[in-house]
Amino acid sequence: MAIDASTVRKVARLARIAIPESGLEPMAREIDGIMSWIDQLAEVDTDGVEPMTSAVAATLPLRDDVVTDGAMVERVVFNAPKTVDGFFVVPKVVE
Amino acid sequence: MSEVSGTYTIKGRTGDWELVMGLEIHAQVASKSKLFSGAAVGFGAGPNEQVSLVDAAMPGMLPVLNRFCVEQAIRTGLGLQAQINLKSRFDRKNYFYPDLPQGYQISQFEFPIVGEGEVLVERDDGSSFIVRIERLHLEQDAGKSIHDLDPNATYVDLNRSGTALMEIVSRPDIRAPEEAAAYVKKIRAILVTLGTCDGDMEKGNLRADVNVSVCRPGAYEKFRATGDFGHLGNRCEIKNVNSYRYIQQAIEYEARRQIEILEDGGSIFQETRLFDPTKGETRSMRSKEDAMDYRYFPDPDLLPLVIDPAWVEAIKATLPELPDAKKARLQSQYGLSAYDAGVLTGDGDLAAFFEAAAAGRDAKLVANWTINDLSGSLARDGLTIASSPIPPSDIADLVKLIETDVISSKIARVVFEHMWAGEGAPAAIVEKRGLVQVTDTGAIEAVVDRLIAANPGQAEAVKAKPQALGWFVGQVMKEMAGKANPAAVNAILKARLGV
Amino acid sequence: MSELTSLTLKSALEGLKSRAFSSVELTAAHVATVEAARPLNAFVLETPDKALEMAAASDARIAAGEAGALEGAPLGIKDLFCTRDVRATACSRILGNFIPQYESTVTANLFGDGAVMLGKLNMDEFAMGSSNETSAFGPVINPWKIEGGNQSLTPGGSSGGSAAAVAADLCLGATATDTGGSIRQPAAFTGTVGIKPTYGRCSRWGVVAFASSLDQAGPIAKTVEDAAILLTSMAGHDAKDSTSLDVETPDFASFVGRSVKGLRIGVPKEYRVDGMPAEIESLWEQGIAWLREAGCEIVEVSLPHTKYALPAYYIVAPAEASSNLARYDGMRYGLRAEGGNLTEIYENTRAQGFGAEVQRRILIGTYVLSAGYYDAYYLKALKVRRRIAEDFDRAWETCDALLTPTAPSAAFALGERTADPIAMYLNDVFTVTTNLAGLPSISVPAGVDAQGLPLGLQLIGRALDEATVFSVAGALEKAAAFRSKPAKWW
Ligand SMILES: [Mg+2]
Ligand SMILES: [Zn+2]
Repeated sequence: MAIDASTVRKVARLARIAIPESGLEPMAREIDGIMSWIDQLAEVDTDGVEPMTSAVAATLPLRDDVVTDGAMVERVVFNAPKTVDGFFVVPKVVE
Repeated sequence: MSEVSGTYTIKGRTGDWELVMGLEIHAQVASKSKLFSGAAVGFGAGPNEQVSLVDAAMPGMLPVLNRFCVEQAIRTGLGLQAQINLKSRFDRKNYFYPDLPQGYQISQFEFPIVGEGEVLVERDDGSSFIVRIERLHLEQDAGKSIHDLDPNATYVDLNRSGTALMEIVSRPDIRAPEEAAAYVKKIRAILVTLGTCDGDMEKGNLRADVNVSVCRPGAYEKFRATGDFGHLGNRCEIKNVNSYRYIQQAIEYEARRQIEILEDGGSIFQETRLFDPTKGETRSMRSKEDAMDYRYFPDPDLLPLVIDPAWVEAIKATLPELPDAKKARLQSQYGLSAYDAGVLTGDGDLAAFFEAAAAGRDAKLVANWTINDLSGSLARDGLTIASSPIPPSDIADLVKLIETDVISSKIARVVFEHMWAGEGAPAAIVEKRGLVQVTDTGAIEAVVDRLIAANPGQAEAVKAKPQALGWFVGQVMKEMAGKANPAAVNAILKARLGV
Repeated sequence: MSELTSLTLKSALEGLKSRAFSSVELTAAHVATVEAARPLNAFVLETPDKALEMAAASDARIAAGEAGALEGAPLGIKDLFCTRDVRATACSRILGNFIPQYESTVTANLFGDGAVMLGKLNMDEFAMGSSNETSAFGPVINPWKIEGGNQSLTPGGSSGGSAAAVAADLCLGATATDTGGSIRQPAAFTGTVGIKPTYGRCSRWGVVAFASSLDQAGPIAKTVEDAAILLTSMAGHDAKDSTSLDVETPDFASFVGRSVKGLRIGVPKEYRVDGMPAEIESLWEQGIAWLREAGCEIVEVSLPHTKYALPAYYIVAPAEASSNLARYDGMRYGLRAEGGNLTEIYENTRAQGFGAEVQRRILIGTYVLSAGYYDAYYLKALKVRRRIAEDFDRAWETCDALLTPTAPSAAFALGERTADPIAMYLNDVFTVTTNLAGLPSISVPAGVDAQGLPLGLQLIGRALDEATVFSVAGALEKAAAFRSKPAKWW
């Protein structure tokens, strides 16, 4: 599965990272090199192996349905690039 | 399957078309706090006041699952006669949007908490059809983008962000616009009965995504026989429709749009569309080149959700009577028609009102008064049964007055209007306004005799044509200000005129 | 002043307790040392005022007889930990001047026990790197130099600032995090002790996430006992982290110095990799000999999937990171770049805010999760991960702990490996396996190479068996008697 410039363009778009046209080819070569090294995983027989999604064997803890948080607008918007009246102000979204 | 959704045919230039719909209903869990944070859930708070650092996706913040929300999902699953999956998992659905703080929505993709189930949906005429449920899963709601406060910027309020939703996904079993609305109505009734969602569609606490495709007659049956979606057309998803009327309008518009494209030789691209209620149109939400790839994967901040079967049993033991069971019971216990029982169970509060009023009374009469007069007045004044100004005991008393011939059904309507106007209990109104029915045969005979004497021509006509008796009935009622017992009037007239 | 900063944490705590010196004195000495050590670039933010304020409060608590376990001890905090009202950047431009309005559980635990914060420590951007060269603040310079040389060496990464600060006596200990070796490899490169505990021991709440299923906090310290003291304070169940283990935290220091007689130490044959310097090979042999002398039984074990750990890691970690770092979008905090529309603003913000290595990993992570590649890459890696964990399970049938080298080389020169990502990734070949399996593992300085640079040996234990790890590490430390210190050049 060789990675080319158009794959990088598509993936960069999904990841919302601007890459200049001139940067696509070098990035493709770099990632292709890494993925080729990763391809050795194909050697491992994983038939019937359950994927390991977590390093702990525990199950999900549950919390009670009580209001213990929130009501802290100042802390929530403290680092915002722009706010008005407690709202986050973001670039105009055209739907 | 015996009961399936009825087909709805649209005549096109090139022949007939049929519709196929599957719905995704998002129902907000009636919890106090959010799915993964301790911030409050509610309506009407100031901007970002119900937001925790977790909801705002500050660096290093982590989700912790709300037990109550899990319980409501199980409860709803049981109410949908569905499989409860004792092991499920949370996944991340990745996409960028300013009101999605994490850059992903925590949802359940591969292993939902509830699996297959089915729902019996009633049509207005009392007949019914089955919609198969594919799954129910828990997920987070997004925040709210407000576009009209500033011409050059969008304001984001995250109060809704992280609120627990149950997404109920149906199979493509719905074939007509009004049946899509009936399906949503039924799901709403089940949720409200279970108490797992308040069902408030105006606030967006219950909303539907409608998947619409069109196909030629016969294609759907092939799909059902084989399970091969290739027999169906490409579908478009209409997002977040939040009223029964809009659901129907959106489907009708979307179906015609698709048919026009197909008949012009074009093809339908799978996409997400928005319904604009003011224009009655659907429009594309995003361009095709921006095709979504959500990159679902297991959320590494969370572990598998494992449910103790004993917990499921305990929840099962507390389930209320569900609409289908209630409908059957209302029919057998009160002798109601399927239609009346269906209407009453369509709204849990309405059925409860009916049952409170029906004790010891003529249940059919109580049902009529509840469904017709009371519900009609409530709807006219924008009220709900829960906020009815007339209590069930007053409806019971009104029916009792009819049953005991104190007033006629006709007079009862007058009494009801006074009750609605807040004049108090029906007996008191009857008393105060002198509306007691005249059953004294002597008084009625006197009026009848006088009318026959004054209208010999009419009397002859009745003898020739008994249906003309109605004229005399009307005259007697008019003379007696409507208070005469109609049965007695009829009997006396017939005796006197010899018909 | 230099006397106070050359103390171990343990002896400093004793001195504070016996009132030999005050926390303000101890802290002031460290503050001055930190200032003098700016050429190391170990700190990205010094907080002397806060440090002295905390120290004064500690002195008051000591006087009142309310001293906590770490009362008055000045520590450095890796910039990945959010500390309330103190800038946290994860050493990335994208966080801008982010001032957390919350305190991470780990730092709250430390400060609750009386520790004093000297400032925030440099690291690889978002902990992605093995040489500290991806930091937006520039690399940390290893206090160690090749004997007779003047070249700047890497302190390792990502916790390079933590390791360098401890090695150079800038603090009594430091917090660090380890996703693929980020505590242990820098510890090995700087002659310090670093432990990555069992996954779930330390809460991840308030720690900027890199790869959630692998990230674990732990200390870097001057001695095994100091590391044990720090970890005891840092660890503990936290209901705010769903992956936090609901278990008691033992007094880890009580296991240091215990006899290791009769313990079975496994030596995994697959860790003898091609091209490993002979000195590391012989140090490993030396470590085996020391433990045998201490009464351990040495057994050879096999961990057959070892070589697949790094490639599996380079799918799992970037995949999780690509999602974890989606929140850095310029909307609610951090950098927001210009752009003609929303998508451009996102793209420019993230292009300008993230460095090259972070971008590369986000792209790889996005790619392996995208439609059509998920099964072939991501799912495959999770299955290989299971195989790796099973290798360890099998090993525990015949041994109680494993002894391996920590890293395949000593510290290398800055700039030496930046052009070859895979060469850089190979730094973690011995450490990454335990992140995948969630096991505790420690790096103990065990000797120096021919150029006088420190080398570390790694001990790996069963899940939640830090006790054995600390006991064996203590024995190793005692036998190695590693006393070297970098010659002060800064
Ligand atoms: Mg959906
Ligand atoms: Zn959804």
